[in-house]
Amino acid sequence: MELFNSESKKIISDPINVNNPISLQVLGICSALAVTIRLDQAIIMTLAVIFVLCSSNVILSLIRDYIPARVRIVIMLSVIASLVSVVDELLKAYLYDMSKQLSVFVGLIITNCIIMGRAEAFALKNGPSKAFLDGLGNGFGYGLIIIIVSFFRELFGAGTITLPDGGAGYVLWSIPESWYAAGYENIGLLVLSPGAFIILGLVIWAQREMAGIEEEA
Amino acid sequence: MSGLEHYLSIFTKAVFIENIVLAYFLGLCSFLAISKNINASVGIGMAVVVVLTITAPINWVLWEFLLDKGALVWISEDFKDTDLGFLKLIVFISVIAAMVQLVEMFMERFSQSLYNSLGIFLPLIAVNCSILGGSLFMVEREYTIPETIVYGFGSGVGFFLAIVALASIRYRIRYSNIPPRLQGVGMAMLLTGLLSMAFMAFSGIDL
Repeated sequence: MELFNSESKKIISDPINVNNPISLQVLGICSALAVTIRLDQAIIMTLAVIFVLCSSNVILSLIRDYIPARVRIVIMLSVIASLVSVVDELLKAYLYDMSKQLSVFVGLIITNCIIMGRAEAFALKNGPSKAFLDGLGNGFGYGLIIIIVSFFRELFGAGTITLPDGGAGYVLWSIPESWYAAGYENIGLLVLSPGAFIILGLVIWAQREMAGIEEEA
Repeated sequence: MSGLEHYLSIFTKAVFIENIVLAYFLGLCSFLAISKNINASVGIGMAVVVVLTITAPINWVLWEFLLDKGALVWISEDFKDTDLGFLKLIVFISVIAAMVQLVEMFMERFSQSLYNSLGIFLPLIAVNCSILGGSLFMVEREYTIPETIVYGFGSGVGFFLAIVALASIRYRIRYSNIPPRLQGVGMAMLLTGLLSMAFMAFSGIDL
């Protein structure tokens, strides 16, 4: 199979747009919101999820013929849990500040429904290369939404845009003092949890308008 | 702070101020999917209370006597530097999956009516983030065993309250005129935002 024929492109692009895991399949919202206070946290979390999603999809797809259907959930959970432990230890070793900030939410990637959902719905039925592309596509779809949400929350809530670096994050741009002097104020609510719910609700609305999809009642 | 007050304060904190759904975003998947129906919401709420109250203390025992750094000294002094902390995630998730299975079997054997109302929700709970989250928070905050039991129970009650409240609101606005593409999940997120804002009013209460 050629790597970038139209079918593989569809596997990657569908979850980013018309079949987005967060806004349309409604999977993996659990951890999506907690890490959106700052842009750099969202980016690191996206990378971690893409890594776990791609590797779990590939591993499970390779052993799919040897997994008895009745115990598949346990096998999927143990593969995913091992991969997440690897990510957790890596973050602790190389990005300690970031792993402190993300705290329990790295571990919660295990129960992120996107990963179980894609393993069950795609990896167990398709070959490893397709499963890898599916993992990549869904990871990007997930990342797109949480990066949009965290961008708005950080910019309007705290007045900064932070990119990840080795330590506490590199501040790319922050709202100049003169704006505050002229009467501009940050919307403190966005940093708190209600802000996350409301922004995600609006992003889901916008995404569905763009993709032109309605939920059947 | 004296004994009882301390536990009461952990309980109110877990239910209202640091509500596991509305403040920490845990268990949202089932929260959104099941709140379409009030009866089902009551069912899964109760199942979460039961499973959280059981799994949090079990995981505490495992953490304290098996996984934490120096936890194995009760076997021999040689293990005082052994740190099995990296096995935390795998052990916790297996305990949760096993406990869910056990609770299901117990219910089927001893209370058929409870099994009929809660049975179908139990398997869903194994992958509910609020259960694993409860255990991980318990480790991170270094609770003692009675604190863990109170915290697990309180978090479960918090989940119960939040999901029943959201289900009732969604039931109430069934015939409201919502823009077609905001219907369903989008609207549920906005409602959860308002609910979470309402729960924020409790912050500042200190017992």
